[in-house]
Amino acid sequence: MGTTKLQTSKLTSQTKVSVKKRFTFMKALKNHWQLYLLFCLPLLYVIVFKYVPMYGAIIAFKNFDPTLGIWGSPWVGLDNFIKFIHSYEFGRVLKNTLLLSLYHLIAGFPFPIILALSLNYVYRKRFKKFAQMITYAPHFISVVVIVGIILLFLSPRGPFSQVLSLFGVHNVDIMGEPSLFKSIYVWSDIWQNVGFGCIIYLAALTGVSPSLHEAAIIDGASILKRIWHIDIPGILPTTIILLILNMGSILDTGFQKVLLLQNSLNLSSSEVIDTFVYKVGLVAPIPQYSYAAAIGFFKAAIAFVLIIGANRLARKVGQESLW
Amino acid sequence: MNSNIRESKGDRIFLICNYVFLCILLIAVLYPLIYVLSASFSSTKAVTSGRVWLWPVDFSLTAYKEVFNYALIWKGYANSIFYTVVGTLINIALTIMAAYPLSRKDFKGKNLFMLLFVFTMIFNGGLIPTYLLVKDLGMLDTRWALIIPNAMSVFNVIITRTYFKTTIPDELLESAQLDGCTDMKFLTRIVLPLSGPIIAVIALFYAVGHWNEYFDALIYLRDQNLFPLQLILKNILAQSEIDPSMIGDIAMLQSRIGLTELLKYALIVVSSLPVLIIYPFVQRHFVKGVMIGSLKE
Repeated sequence: MGTTKLQTSKLTSQTKVSVKKRFTFMKALKNHWQLYLLFCLPLLYVIVFKYVPMYGAIIAFKNFDPTLGIWGSPWVGLDNFIKFIHSYEFGRVLKNTLLLSLYHLIAGFPFPIILALSLNYVYRKRFKKFAQMITYAPHFISVVVIVGIILLFLSPRGPFSQVLSLFGVHNVDIMGEPSLFKSIYVWSDIWQNVGFGCIIYLAALTGVSPSLHEAAIIDGASILKRIWHIDIPGILPTTIILLILNMGSILDTGFQKVLLLQNSLNLSSSEVIDTFVYKVGLVAPIPQYSYAAAIGFFKAAIAFVLIIGANRLARKVGQESLW
Repeated sequence: MNSNIRESKGDRIFLICNYVFLCILLIAVLYPLIYVLSASFSSTKAVTSGRVWLWPVDFSLTAYKEVFNYALIWKGYANSIFYTVVGTLINIALTIMAAYPLSRKDFKGKNLFMLLFVFTMIFNGGLIPTYLLVKDLGMLDTRWALIIPNAMSVFNVIITRTYFKTTIPDELLESAQLDGCTDMKFLTRIVLPLSGPIIAVIALFYAVGHWNEYFDALIYLRDQNLFPLQLILKNILAQSEIDPSMIGDIAMLQSRIGLTELLKYALIVVSSLPVLIIYPFVQRHFVKGVMIGSLKE
């Protein structure tokens, strides 16, 4: 009896709280209706263009038929996923995606840090500004143009082949060589983004206390020693956080660029999950919407777990996270 | 850091090495761009025979004449300008409409809305469901397909909100409210005039995004008259060779292939020019954007 009474009283207090909450919400709505009015459109946008596709993703578990609609199409459970896992492409696509991202992560990570450390010791302001302006610039060139430049440079008659022919290597089709694809992708990306990537490290370096440097100079420390013992420890937290967070998005290859760099000869090493989804779902003469959506969902689900995990880890390591 | 203190020998060597390193890096970044520029101003023969390595050889404007005569490219240019201008205006409006209420402490429900927004950054429906949605909305093969589905970026909403939160003091709002200022008036008369820097930052991020976008056009558009410049570029740049059977004469074929190659160089220059011309003047805004983006709250 006693416990029931307790529960009832607890229940009433809860309803009271929720009534009160609703009351304050109504009051807020009345006082700040203009804010809510403003917010309507963005909210509608997010719901329609972000959440409706999430609902649409259930076609991954169905056999989607455009005439029946998303809800009307018959459920097939995990058939599409099983089909993908047992398919010939599964291993290849997954391997390419992981290798490409890991290669990109490992090769691309040190360069912005080195550039930031180097720029930090340029005492001539003008030269520093100039160097920053030049190195940031390629970031703003479109992916189509970047790929265009790569294709022109590496074409059998392009400048790179001409340099190779000086060394007696003639007529190699560099873009058609599967073993070179990943390097071309990664190094051109480093070329394009090293400058922009260093901005965040430069910001972290300005956070290093000048008094540490002054003390070190008085003690006779060389610049190299100062970089090693002051600057690098100073930017280490930023570095670790960025590294962990990048690990979280490991399945996100630069899909648009990969797609443009692909050709039938290098496909064995350039087909990644995203390009595969695009081909199965949109390019194929008979688009397999459900199958493609299942592959996409497979990727999004793994990516989700990875990001959550990376964020947890980041919070544990540096008390810092995305949210 | 104090450069007046006399540098030791080791430090001087380091500084010299540092300058050398940076100069090499700058050359590595600039060289491909200079090469493209020079090649586009050279003659077909000079490019195909590999005589161009730094400056234009046999200066000629053949490639540019060809580009100017290519109606599709100008159509693409006009379309890209349209998508960039209209798209960016809509982007800015929606971003502010979302960011301002979210920045207000007294906006009840903001935590829930934030969660709703941020969740879309880590999970999305994917390519196919989004495509099907755009198709169902009847936007396939219309200009809207490039504008409406990308009307707002949650990341930019978050940096704008951070800016509002950190630069607009609460006291300002309180005193305005005491004077009977409505939320809308406060936004238009006080917040927006104080937000020039952040609006510049997000406008630039959005505009560059629109200008460089090709993939949405690739999947949503069929009508060539609607193609943005990047898609037309993609079709020309990625197109490998001309079909030899189309042109019988070998010499003719050779020159055709050379000309296409040259045309590609000129096209790269023409299409990247707007961004690269504006870039030096707005560079600091981008840097600021990255800085605000790295802040939390």
